[in-house]
Formats: sequence, C-alpha cells, structure tokens
Amino acid sequence: MKKISSNRFSILIYSFIIIWVFLASFPFFWTFWGSFKVELDFFSISDWYNAVTGKNTFDTYNSQFTGAGYEGAWVQEEFWRSFVNSAIVCFFVVLTSLTIGTLGAYALSRSNYKYTFWLLITALIFRAMPPITLVAGYLPPFFEWNIWGILPTTIIVLVSINQPFTLWMLHSFFQNIPKELDESAKVDGCSQFQAFRHVIIPVMWPGVVTTGLFSFLLAYNDFAVTAMLLSDENRTMIPKIAAFLGTTYTEGNVMFAVAAVVSATVPLFILVMFFQKKIVSGLTQGAVKG
Amino acid sequence: MSNKSIFAVLILILAAGGIYYFSQDKIDVAVKGTGECTIDARVSIVGNEFPAIQTVGAGAKECTGAEVKTNLTADHQKINVAGMSNDPAEYTSAIVANTSIVALLNDDLIRPLDDLVKKHGTKLKKNQLITINGKVMAVAFMANAQHLVYRKDVLDKLNISVPKTYEEMLEAAKKIRESGLAKNPIGGAYKAGWNLAQEFNNMFIGYGGKHFKGNSAEPNVNSDAGIKALMMMKSLSDFMNPDFLTHDSNATNAEFRAGNVILMNMWGSRAATLTDADGVSEAVKNGMDIAGPMTVGSGSIPASTLFWDGWTVAKNISDAEAESTFIALMNAIDPSIIKDENIRKQAVWLLDGYTPTDAARGVFAAAEMKTTPYPMLPYAGLMHSAIGAELADFMQGKENAEKTLSDIEDAYRAAAKEKGFL
Amino acid sequence: MKHKTFFWFILPTFLAMLIFIFLPLISIFLQSIHTPHENVLMTVENCDPFGCKKVTSIDHDAINDLKKTEPLGKFVGLDIYFDRGHLAIENVKMLWKKDNNFFQFIKALSDLPFYKAIFFTLTFTFTVTPIMLVLGFLIALSVNTISKKLRGIIIFFSLLPMIVTPLIGSIILFWMIDSRGIIGNLIQWLLSDPDLSLKASTSLTWIMLIVYGVWHAIPFSFIVFYAGLQTVPKDQLESAKIDGANKFEEVIYIIIPHLMPLITFVALMQLMDNFRVFEPIVGFSAEAHATSLSWIIFNDLGGETRQLSAAATSSILTIIGVIILLSPVLLRTWKDFKFKK
Repeated sequence: MKKISSNRFSILIYSFIIIWVFLASFPFFWTFWGSFKVELDFFSISDWYNAVTGKNTFDTYNSQFTGAGYEGAWVQEEFWRSFVNSAIVCFFVVLTSLTIGTLGAYALSRSNYKYTFWLLITALIFRAMPPITLVAGYLPPFFEWNIWGILPTTIIVLVSINQPFTLWMLHSFFQNIPKELDESAKVDGCSQFQAFRHVIIPVMWPGVVTTGLFSFLLAYNDFAVTAMLLSDENRTMIPKIAAFLGTTYTEGNVMFAVAAVVSATVPLFILVMFFQKKIVSGLTQGAVKG
Repeated sequence: MSNKSIFAVLILILAAGGIYYFSQDKIDVAVKGTGECTIDARVSIVGNEFPAIQTVGAGAKECTGAEVKTNLTADHQKINVAGMSNDPAEYTSAIVANTSIVALLNDDLIRPLDDLVKKHGTKLKKNQLITINGKVMAVAFMANAQHLVYRKDVLDKLNISVPKTYEEMLEAAKKIRESGLAKNPIGGAYKAGWNLAQEFNNMFIGYGGKHFKGNSAEPNVNSDAGIKALMMMKSLSDFMNPDFLTHDSNATNAEFRAGNVILMNMWGSRAATLTDADGVSEAVKNGMDIAGPMTVGSGSIPASTLFWDGWTVAKNISDAEAESTFIALMNAIDPSIIKDENIRKQAVWLLDGYTPTDAARGVFAAAEMKTTPYPMLPYAGLMHSAIGAELADFMQGKENAEKTLSDIEDAYRAAAKEKGFL
Repeated sequence: MKHKTFFWFILPTFLAMLIFIFLPLISIFLQSIHTPHENVLMTVENCDPFGCKKVTSIDHDAINDLKKTEPLGKFVGLDIYFDRGHLAIENVKMLWKKDNNFFQFIKALSDLPFYKAIFFTLTFTFTVTPIMLVLGFLIALSVNTISKKLRGIIIFFSLLPMIVTPLIGSIILFWMIDSRGIIGNLIQWLLSDPDLSLKASTSLTWIMLIVYGVWHAIPFSFIVFYAGLQTVPKDQLESAKIDGANKFEEVIYIIIPHLMPLITFVALMQLMDNFRVFEPIVGFSAEAHATSLSWIIFNDLGGETRQLSAAATSSILTIIGVIILLSPVLLRTWKDFKFKK
C-alpha cells in the first residue's frame, strides 16, 4: 500500500518537473532551432509552421539550415570583441562583489547592535532606486573625471548597485549557519577573520556560489548600465545585441541578434554545470549541524 | 595549497589580459588613415549608429595628426548632452537630426560655425547650412521623410491607381480587402509612443494644424485639425493588423516583406534595403514601388514631415579642437564619397553631385511638394512625448477624440511648466 | 562582534554604496524639488535644407547669469510631485467631486499617467510575487527528491528563463505569442477563436506580462530555495521521520521554518523587482496597455527633450512606494532581529 502511494508520489514529482523543464526550455530550443533559419522563417509572419520546416531558408540557401546569422554576428560584426568585454566585466564583477559582499554580510549577520539592522534596511532602500535614474545621474561626473566609457568604471558601478542584493542574499545564507560554529573557533584562539576564513567560508559554499551565480547573471544580462556607460568599442554583449536590432531609421539584423544570443549561452551552460557540482558538494562537505 | 596558487595565477593572467586589452583599444583607434586630411587637435564624435552615420564616422577617422574617436550608438541622445556639458567637453561633435539638435540648442552646447564655414567649408552647398538666428549651427548631410511604399503588382491587378491622398488610400485598402488579396492591407508604424506621435504629427500637419499658438509655447492640438487627424488615423487602423499599437517601423517592414501589407507610409531611409533580407519572395521584391507622401483632407501640404541629419561642433572646447573637428567632418562628407555605389544607397545625401537613386525618389518628392520640416522648437520634443503617451487610449477606443486631445494638452502643459516654457 | 572589527568588515561594501547609490540619491532628491529656470523665448529666423522660417528659440544671454548663480534651477518645493504627471492632486480632487460612483472614479483615475502606472504595477507585483514563490519552492522540493545524476541538467534547464537575456527573451516570446506565432496559434486553437490577438487587448496583455514575469522569476526562487534545502539539518529530518511525520508535515514544520530567512529574502527582492517592472513592458511593446513607474522614468529620460526633474520625482516616488510596500516585511524582520538579540 505504502509503496504504491510513494510510486504515485514520485510520478507526480517527475511529471511536475518535466512540465516545468519543458516550459522553461522550450523558448530556448525554439530559438536555437530558429537561429539556423532566415528571419522570415524565424518570425514566420505568414505561418508559424515555416519556422519548423524552414521554407524560406530552403528557397534562399537550398538547405533547411544556414549559419548566416552566426557568420554575420561573429565574423562580420566582430561579436567576439563584445564577448571578451563581457568576460572581463563578469569576472571582475563576481570577484569584487563576492569579496566585499561576504565580508560585509558576515559582519552584519554576526553583530547584534541596532545599527546592523538599520544598515540592512538602508541597503534595501538603496536597491529600490531604479537603475535608469542612477545611470542618468552618473553621466555628468563620469564625463567630468574622464572615466566614462571604460570597463573598470562599469565594473565598479555594477558591483556597487548590486551590492544591496549581494549583501542581503549572503546575509540570509549566513543566518542559516549556527553562530556556535565560529564562536567555538574563536574560543580555540582564532581571530574573527580567521574564523570567517577557515570555518565559515567552507560551510558557506552553496550560498557563496549561488550569490556568485546571481552576480554573474546581473553583470552578464545588464543593459541599463552597460548601454549608457560604455563607449562602442568597449561594449559588452547585451548592448551589442541590442544594436543588431535596428532603430526607427534603419533595418536591424535580427538573426545576428538571435545567433549571438544562442552562442552567448554556451559558456553559461558550462558555468551552470560547474555551479551545480559546487552546490551539491557543499552539501557533502559542509559541517552543517542543527 | 596548489589549488590556491593556480587560482592566483589565473587571476593574474586574466588581469594582465584585461590591461593589455584596454591598452590595445586605445592604440587601435589612433592609427588609421590615408593622409589626405591632417588635423592637429583631438576629435571625438557621438552619433547614432545607422550605416550612413557609420560612413561619416569612418570618414572622420581617415584624418591623421591627432586622435579621432567615434562613439556611434542608438543611445546617443541620452549621452550627448552630458558628454558636451563639461569644459572641456568629452565630445567635440554630435551628429544630430532636426529633432535632436533641440536638446543641444536648449542647453547652449554647440557653437556657431560661420567662421569655420568661411575658412574650410567652401565646398558646402548653401542648403546644407542649418542657420539659427542667422548663425550657422549645424551642417546637414542627409535628408529623410516618410512617404508611400506600395505593391505595384497588387494595385495593377485590381486596377487601382497609386493613392495620392489618405482618402484614396482608404478606398484602395477597402478594395484590396474585398478582393481577398490581403486581410489587413495598410501598414503603419503606429507603435504607442514616439512612432504613433509621429504619425499624428504628419496627419495633423496635413490637415493644416499648428501645434502651438502663434510663436508661444501654448499648445494648440485640441482643434478641428486634431479631431480630423485622429478620425483619419482611426479609419486607417481598421485596415491594419489588430496589433498595430505594437508595430514600429521594423515590424511594419517585416509585414511588408512577408507580403501581408500592400500600402504603407514608411521612412525614406528604409526604402533602399527594404527587401534585401534573405528569403523575401520575388513577388514582393519586384512588386515593391515607392511614391511621394500623401496629402489628406484636400490639403496641399503632404501629411508628412521632413528630417535632416547633420553634425554640430561643441561649444566647450578649444578653438583648435573645433577647427580640427570641422576639418575632419568636412573630410567625412566630401562629395567624393557618394561615388561608391553602396554609400550612395545608404541615404538621401544632400551632397554636391548626388543624383537620387530609385529608392530616394520618395524623399525628393516630399521635398518638392513642400512638406513641412519637423519643427526645431525648444518644446517640440515635449509635445511629441505627450502625444505619444496619451494617444493610445483613443486608438483603442477607450476615449473620444476631444478627451484625448485635451489630455495631450494637459500632459504637455505639465511637462512644459516643469521645463520652464510656460 | 566588536564595533571595530565590524567596521573593517563592512567598510568596502559601505563605501561602494555610499558613493554610487547614496550620493546620486541625494542629487536626485535635490533635482526633484527644483525645475530649470523659466526660459526667455525669442523669435528668430531658422534655415534648413528645406527653406527658412520664423520660429521661437531660447534666449540664452538672458538667462545665463541666473543659471550661474543658481545652477540647480528654480526651487519649487513639492510642485512637481503634485503636478499632472505625478500625484495630480488637482485632478484627483476634481474627479473625486465629480464622480460619486467609486468605480467610475477609479476608471477616471486610471486615465492619469501616474495612477495608470500604479494600477498595473501593483497588480503585477501582487500576482507575480506569490505565484513565483510557491512554484519556485515546489520545484526546488521536487528537484531535491530526484536522482542526483539528473539534477545538474534539470538545474540548467530551470535556469534558462533567467539566463536568456530579458531583452532578447522577451522579443522571442513576443513573436511566439503573435497571432501568427506558435503560442498565439495554440491559444487560438485552444479557445477556437481564430481572430484572437494577445497583443491587441489590454486584459490579455496584462495576463501575458504576468505570465512572463512568473516564468522569468521562478528560477530565482527555485535556485535560492534549492541551495537553502542543502543546508537543512539531516538529523532533524530523521528525528521527524522517527516521530512519524509525513512528507507534508516535514515541509511545514522543519523545512519552511529553516528556510524562513531565505523566503523573506526572496519575497523582499521580488516585491521590489516587480514593483520596478520595466523590461517586459518595453520588450513586449506593451506601452499602449500597461505602463509602470520605471517605464515613466524611462520615457521622461528618453524623449528628445529630457525631463530630468520629472524623472527624479518619479524615482523618489518609486522609492517611497517600495518602502510602503515592504514595510510589513521590514517590521517582521525588525521583530526577528529584536527576538534574536
């Protein structure tokens, strides 16, 4: 009796997951498939079925698939430059965010004075600022100091405006970790920093890696900041992709954008695989006790 | 431990790579050129990124002797004011249109060019000089306007003559729909916001409307012409794809390429490459034709507006930089550039010796028909935004015309008060 | 922790926020209570490629001195906050007097740009946030029960809605839901209404934006809760099992309390993010049917003539809105905090 119900239960769980995975990934597969078609097929205004069969692609290239979008984006438009820029920005944003964020969040979670609460609340309110307004405010001083348009400026800005999020996220994870852990380390003669470094961080891996993933995604997907603060030769991928889309005056090349989006997801695939391992290994290594 | 040192080395390599990469970029920009044009001070240009402006940017970069930087991006309007406000300004030149020059004029950021025109601009035609209060403030190099783009093959098949007025366009659309050749034969960039407001401006001007009372900043759209313009737009929208409020010019062109749209009011700058995309059917490619802008309500002025694109020189820079900027940009718009067929196709150039390509006929017709240029008024942009925000309610049938027009005036008044115009 | 240690730990992050968020915040506040000086207009003759014409222009010489002495502009107090583009006090008063029917009053109110935006923003916030919290939690629980080998790939797919750039993600979905796209066709077929268009109707556009909002936000709650589940103490779960608790009781009595800080965190962030909803509106070209406060700011900053004071005012109002919205959660956090002490 019990066996049957648990079987049913897992069938329920698996079908739930399958539905979710389908919903989550279908648009992506659709895009991946469509990225090898011409625009008229991908957006198939006459009939959506064209996107599946590639009717117009066949008429143009004599084949149902074409790499024209990829060639255009990577070769003609030198998308790799933006790719390198994005890699630099993301790497330094994640590194800096996590370094200063873990220090700050750890302190906030281990201090009981009133000001810690108010600091957290202030950080939260800071986050309420719409980034577009912030960026508009940065422009005059950045031009004044001649630091507009370069990657380091953008990195610092991205780190700063995402700091409230990073702090809160890490703070929530730190709260899950019992205080006794670092207290006992301190009794053993560690300084606060040593306790943090050798006792807390190893346990914190799932939290740190998850936060890192979000810092990464925020930097990677950012448009508001990068579009306004980077000169065109320093553009990261997202503003570059937006530039493929065209404006009122001119035709864009949507298929370049689609191909660029698909190819930009490849490194993310690797990243998430790595991330997933870390998150599970945190479970086995971590000395979490209730 | 070894793990850690590997990590440290990795960071070092990445950091070094980053620094190398930054320094690369800076060098990359400076050395290029053929040596025909020499300058002695820095030039830095900000502008939109469409191909004609890319051509101008590349032309300026041919100059040697000092650094020439360009920053061509669709967001140029958001950064040019900030980038020209400091002293010295980051940008020595902004490439603008008659809509966007206003922001620079309002903040007094560009300098009169009369002396430089005398010294280095003798090649310029008189109609390239944009003068404000008698002073040359910008040099125009291309023109643009919206005009009719249609499918000749379909009109011929149904024995419809090319519409010259919006009323004829409606009749033609009715016939096409009845024939079953297209369900929604009219296309238009009616996307809520800037596009929709632009279509209203066209129609409003076509009915003889004036946006402002006399020479004041008082709004004047709540008028007979305003109501007629709205009614006409509503009638046209009945023949459009039901999603018309989400269609910008890109989406409208896509519909045209797919063969769904037969008649549309489209930008001249788009005409040359409209059917170039991969996979467009032969019927659309061969059937596409263009004509001048249409009139409306038996008016004589077309329901369209003329645009120009040109360059300016910043005020807050040294005279040497201004001179270099002028020389570099003169080199960029040298009439010889249009010898290249690809460049000739990129725009309706205002340069000496330019003969219109087939695709440019519409814009030329617009100019000949005395189409009204988009007004260079300090508060025109505010009116445009107000129209764009308030018009959607009417187009969806949520409001009547009078209410919408008075909403537009209210929204404009609030904005104009805030900017110190009322 | 000692004050001094605390200070050194917090310093870098504190400085970053001070310089890049707090200082701009001050300047934005100042901007919202000032307007540019009244312009002196003059009539001039302008010429362009299409001819000459007498038009109005700004007389810069007349106002340059004033600009130098008062660079911030004219002090107007809260005038901009109360004008038609924002709280529209006058209009609201008038409507209140005119319409005695409350429903009609709300309808008339939604014609004013600020209230139109607020209505959509609140609807969006209060539908998307709870749905994504529950669904994200359920997915995290489910993924946590399946075989470890499968988890990696499922996590990857689950993250896709968040990974694919919103800018492009929404464009692709926008085409899929077009009346001729694959999803649009599917819905037409399901409802057997061949003329149905999701983009042409206001209510359907709202639903579409909400569905997209949930779809895009689930990975966030999912992955945070999943990471949190990894730290649930095993011995507690085991002792609960020994006590005869079923799975449901396990979730209610052990897992949820343990994840509470994370649930609060996700709820806070999502309430705030959804309140600032912006990208889907632009991506789905939904301006005609739905606007938000962030969209108003974007619109004010993006026009040919940038309305800086108006944008600053909308930003401050957004922050105030967020504070009101979060106050219950903040109060809870405050109680927890005191309790912890």
